Amino acid sequence: MTGVPIDIATVWAFIIAFAVFMYIVMDGFDLGLGMLFPMFPKKADRDVMMNTVAPVWDGNETWLVLGGGGLFAAFPLAYGVLMPAIYTPIIAMLIGLIFRGVAFEFRWRTHGERNRWDVAFAGGSLLAALSQGIALGAILQGIQVDGRSYAGGWWDWLTPFSILTGLSVVAGYGLLGATWLVMKTTGELRDHAYRLTWWLLIATLVAIVAVSLATPFLQAEYWRRWFQWPSIIFTAPIPIAVTVVTLMLLKSVANKQDHRPFFLSLILFALTYAGLGVSMYPYIVPQSITIWQAAAPDISLNFMIVGVAILVPIILIYTAWAYWVFRGKVHADSGGYHS
Amino acid sequence: MFDGFDAITLARLQFSFTMSFHIVFPAFSIGLASYLAVLEALWLWTGREVFINLFNYWLKIFAVAFGMGVVSGIVMSYQFGTNWAVYSDKAGPIVGPLMAYEVLTAFFLEAGFLGVMLFGLERVGHRLHFFATLMVAIGTLISAFWILSANSWMQTPAGHTVNAAGQFVPDDWWKVIFNPSFPYRLVHMVLAAYLTTAFVVGAVGAYHLLKNSALEGPRVMFSMAMWMAALVAPIQIFAGDQHGLNTLEHQPVKIMAMEGHFTSHPDGAPLILFGLPDQEEGVLKYPIEIPHAGSLILKHSLDAPLKGLDTVPRENWPRVDIVFWSFRVMVGIGFLMLGIGLLSLWARWRGILHEWKLLHRFAVAMGPAGFIAVLAGWVTTEVGRQPYTVYGLLRTADSASPLAAPAVASSLVAFIIVYFIVFGMGVFYILRLMKAPPHHGEEGPSADIPTHAGGLTPAQGVTASAPARG
Repeated sequence: MTGVPIDIATVWAFIIAFAVFMYIVMDGFDLGLGMLFPMFPKKADRDVMMNTVAPVWDGNETWLVLGGGGLFAAFPLAYGVLMPAIYTPIIAMLIGLIFRGVAFEFRWRTHGERNRWDVAFAGGSLLAALSQGIALGAILQGIQVDGRSYAGGWWDWLTPFSILTGLSVVAGYGLLGATWLVMKTTGELRDHAYRLTWWLLIATLVAIVAVSLATPFLQAEYWRRWFQWPSIIFTAPIPIAVTVVTLMLLKSVANKQDHRPFFLSLILFALTYAGLGVSMYPYIVPQSITIWQAAAPDISLNFMIVGVAILVPIILIYTAWAYWVFRGKVHADSGGYHS
Repeated sequence: MFDGFDAITLARLQFSFTMSFHIVFPAFSIGLASYLAVLEALWLWTGREVFINLFNYWLKIFAVAFGMGVVSGIVMSYQFGTNWAVYSDKAGPIVGPLMAYEVLTAFFLEAGFLGVMLFGLERVGHRLHFFATLMVAIGTLISAFWILSANSWMQTPAGHTVNAAGQFVPDDWWKVIFNPSFPYRLVHMVLAAYLTTAFVVGAVGAYHLLKNSALEGPRVMFSMAMWMAALVAPIQIFAGDQHGLNTLEHQPVKIMAMEGHFTSHPDGAPLILFGLPDQEEGVLKYPIEIPHAGSLILKHSLDAPLKGLDTVPRENWPRVDIVFWSFRVMVGIGFLMLGIGLLSLWARWRGILHEWKLLHRFAVAMGPAGFIAVLAGWVTTEVGRQPYTVYGLLRTADSASPLAAPAVASSLVAFIIVYFIVFGMGVFYILRLMKAPPHHGEEGPSADIPTHAGGLTPAQGVTASAPARG
């Protein structure tokens, strides 16, 4: 684990990892919010929920395009191998994203069918979250590669482990959604979100433990990385930090500190995400293709790094500004952003 | 539903289907975003209420169309990997960075400022809001820049070498981006987007003028749209002709198919107006043609020789009938657009622009014309590129993912069902929004802005009032 070489491919692995992480936490909470729709049967509550994310969801989802597009650009071989391997979950995710994406606009353009677009919003969010989790599990468990192509069947992604990761992502996004609502709403809606936060936090913790216990048994390399001396020095802080953050999270929810639960949940996500990174690095297709094997030629990577270095900070600034413009809690009685 | 099709045919069908649905939304939102920026600028400049009413009216339509463009675009961005994995591996080092730049410079800009544009008029003030609108409009144009660069490179590849793994490796990014057909394609597409939007706006204006020719909003819309048709349609025809000459130079086989030249013409080629292409026999049946006019248009000389498809091995032919007919549909609509533009100039001169019912009916009928022309043009250029994904270098048959036919067939069926439901409803909602005329005090998507608890005081209510100037 010592002396990680810093070359352009490694830098790009971190950039892609950053884009995917930004996607997970940003779209994570608005997908989670969509999945919680069935728990809020009142139309007025749903209007408020929708309005807390309507001005920003599109920007959130753009990180998914950067993650996928960046993988295509920086690691074309990995993109070409992974996408056919997780073909079905990807198609399912896209279909889920279609339904929930258009629901943002359509539900305000109809009256009689409003309920139907609410179903599309909740169902689409659930389908997208579940598929993303399943895709993650399918990649972690390893996929069959022959030469420069995927060599498995089109159902290889479906295993008990991938179902477990699928449900884990659903629970985690649900937690982000609930804590976001706690932060952005008031009154009964917020109180109900607090109640849901408890359950979702328990579900998320169970999921973290279950995935953490199962992962080292998938591949011998994962086991060595997590439990063997001396690498355990580098891996042990992660579970310790997860425990500390969880305790803080429990306390902030108990004390009803509206803002803290959301940010602590984000930190929890960051920690588990780092754990995944520890398991996978330096492979981009676990145990088959490393980041160096999959990397595009240097001239491609160098060309893009200029853009990333200049543009990503600018993007983060105007994204932060957009969030700032729509800051504060949203009330039911004062209408929404939408007519 | 798709028994007997192989995986690659199914992947091509899927790409054509999802792409055909997708392309109409960006074409519409590129034009509409610019139109919205112009309307808001006119409102800020003149203070006339009609402009903000029109802005809010079209903003609601833009929101629905943009949402559909976003979701169908995400499908496109993943489809390269799912269905065209070998292409992704080989062309990724070139096409990937161009698309990554599209995301970094365009998608984030559009998405980041979209929320403020849709919901922020009273939260950020007029000037900052106009800035947001401008950023969204510029974002759509930057997006067109990169995506057409990537597409043009696939049509006229330049600035690259091929490495040991069979990947295309850029050696001069300038040549890759500004490849030989790119400037022509970019101009042609952006003008097409502007014309497409102009004809939608013109049709909506004309529809309401037919019912009440005194309404200010529809009068302004119709007049603006007709100026666009009159000024841009001729420029577009000129740009298209220049693009054609460029294609003749770099993709002659595509021109042979577009023009229907199965045989060579050593003494000057005719201009073939119509005919029935027969791929099997390699002849054009029942041609209606103007002698020597083809050479005149393509080579500016009556007797210039022109090679035909008979000089090209059959396995390198595209589907001639599709290319031949889609090209004629596009050109035909282009001349109809020019026609209505000229009629509108005449009507303006006579002072009957807002009262001439026949012109209004013509404009209503032409409402979807831009979409059809964009689709036909896209079919012409993409089918004309076949049998290659990267022209002359990588065949479509060698680009696909190692997938079983049932996998591609089921995803294709799923996309067809989902697209018809979702986009069918979307078009229905847009048409319903268009059915009501813009009126006094038109509300944007942001009516009833919430007063946040965060202690923020929204700017004074301005939706219907003139902006403070200076």
